[in-house]
Amino acid sequence: MSAAVYRATGIARALETAGAWLLGALWILPLAYALWTAFHPGEFSTRFVLAAPLTLANFAKAWAAAPFARYFVNTVILCTMILAMQLVLCTLAAYAFARFEFPGRGLLFALVLVQLMVTPDVLIVENYQTMNALGLRDTIVAIGLPYVASAFGIFLLRQTFKTVPKELDEAARIEGCSPLQVLWKVYVPLAKPVYLAYALVSVSYHWNNFLWPLIITNSVESRPLTVGLQVFSATDQGIDWSIITAATLLTTAPLLIAFLLFQRQFVQSFMRAGIK
Amino acid sequence: MTRTAQWLYGWLLLLPAAALLALFTHYPAAATAWHSFFSTPRGARPPSYVGIDNYAQLLDDPIFWQTLSNNLWYAAGTIPLSIALALLMAAWVNGKLVGRGLLRLAYFTPTVLPMIAVANIWLFFYTPDYGLLEKIGGALGLPAHNWLGSKNTALGCLMAVAVWKEAGFFMIFYLAALQQISPYLAEAAAIEGASRWYFFRRVTFPLLMPTTLFVLVNAVINAFRLVDHIVVMTRGGPDNATALLLYYIYEVGFRFWDTAYAAALTMVLLTVLALVALGQFWFLDRRVHYQ
Repeated sequence: MSAAVYRATGIARALETAGAWLLGALWILPLAYALWTAFHPGEFSTRFVLAAPLTLANFAKAWAAAPFARYFVNTVILCTMILAMQLVLCTLAAYAFARFEFPGRGLLFALVLVQLMVTPDVLIVENYQTMNALGLRDTIVAIGLPYVASAFGIFLLRQTFKTVPKELDEAARIEGCSPLQVLWKVYVPLAKPVYLAYALVSVSYHWNNFLWPLIITNSVESRPLTVGLQVFSATDQGIDWSIITAATLLTTAPLLIAFLLFQRQFVQSFMRAGIK
Repeated sequence: MTRTAQWLYGWLLLLPAAALLALFTHYPAAATAWHSFFSTPRGARPPSYVGIDNYAQLLDDPIFWQTLSNNLWYAAGTIPLSIALALLMAAWVNGKLVGRGLLRLAYFTPTVLPMIAVANIWLFFYTPDYGLLEKIGGALGLPAHNWLGSKNTALGCLMAVAVWKEAGFFMIFYLAALQQISPYLAEAAAIEGASRWYFFRRVTFPLLMPTTLFVLVNAVINAFRLVDHIVVMTRGGPDNATALLLYYIYEVGFRFWDTAYAAALTMVLLTVLALVALGQFWFLDRRVHYQ
């Protein structure tokens, strides 16, 4: 707690509390509005009467109107694939940067960090050509591949591995462990909270990612939820807002529910990921 | 372990990540620069060297200048506001306000929602005739206004969405930083008779400088690379009033299929990002390391 002596008192305090709540209400308003619209029949979408009947019909209609089940499967495959590959690749690279001396280390690390600025989202035109040349266009692999070697993941894990005492490393070596066994038995277990943090950030990023998947996919078989939702609300529906908001909530529900259940972990993960 | 073994291990461990990074970050960045000096291949016609023609086209392209100016306005409008709000939110939920757990949740929730989903919700807000904003305006007796259809308000509407989405994300970094500031500082300052505002301006804010820089860099990058909401809400319209640079690249590259011109536009975006990176290092060297 910082600045306990500088905490507002009296009227100032009441004003601040009111301000904080007003802002909070403003911030939650769009979501509350979406919930209202999605759970009520269309004619109540902008009429706020307490007696308005609740309904799940909008969700049923949305679910039936587009292959959301398939989109869900695609997104889950996408997020799992990206995360699994990221964890392996970033761990190996971070280990190299943290604990091995080799020529070009500094330069290579700088080259890795370039990706923090120049993210794959910016290089869509060339990456599209590459995927085309590789014959991967319109596949789930193509959506994920540019993100697999994540500079952010390498950086985060390198910082973490560097804090592991060298003595532990040496002790394991004396026991006869190979470098990969040391990595697996010493470094990885000690970095568990960081892995969790990274996993949460990665999954929420790729669950939400939109522009690159929009460009590289054009069939139901490979489209993730975000693109599916856009195709659905832009073409199929005209302007039936109740159904569109229901679909919107449907696609975000897993992430939103996970967030509400594991609020603390989420906030701490984003925090941890940012501070390093 | 011998020196050679060290080298070998280092390189081998790095190889898979380095190969993918090279293929999807370094190669495309270099290829963009290269292709920006060639013409777009059309049908049987292969690309030919055109020198700086694509850049000349860019200088003559009013839409490019408009997207650049839109993007600068967008950055100028969203970045300071979302950072200021983030700081305010952090200060509030760090204090002993009633229900601060709930407040923190309310502020942070937009962060975990996909931009495309929230854009759908906000689109409904702004809809003419029966959107929420129109209903409220109507109830207050204001004339009807097409928020996203008017050149004067469309970009502002998108900026509101971005600020709403980002402020809570930046808040958590400020919150973490605030919690690390020693309470003794405040006590000492109070004994010296510093006012609350003076303490914030001269002690808290400077101590938060590294956080502010981190948040600032993120905010700048986001202002130039997040265009999901534009695809959903306005498609760059009306009359390119809401087209940002990356959105324009997307249109040129994937709707007009003019890849050479898109490469030249991408070079502009890469230059902007390089400037941000340079600015960050310059600033880091100078004044952020306060302690």
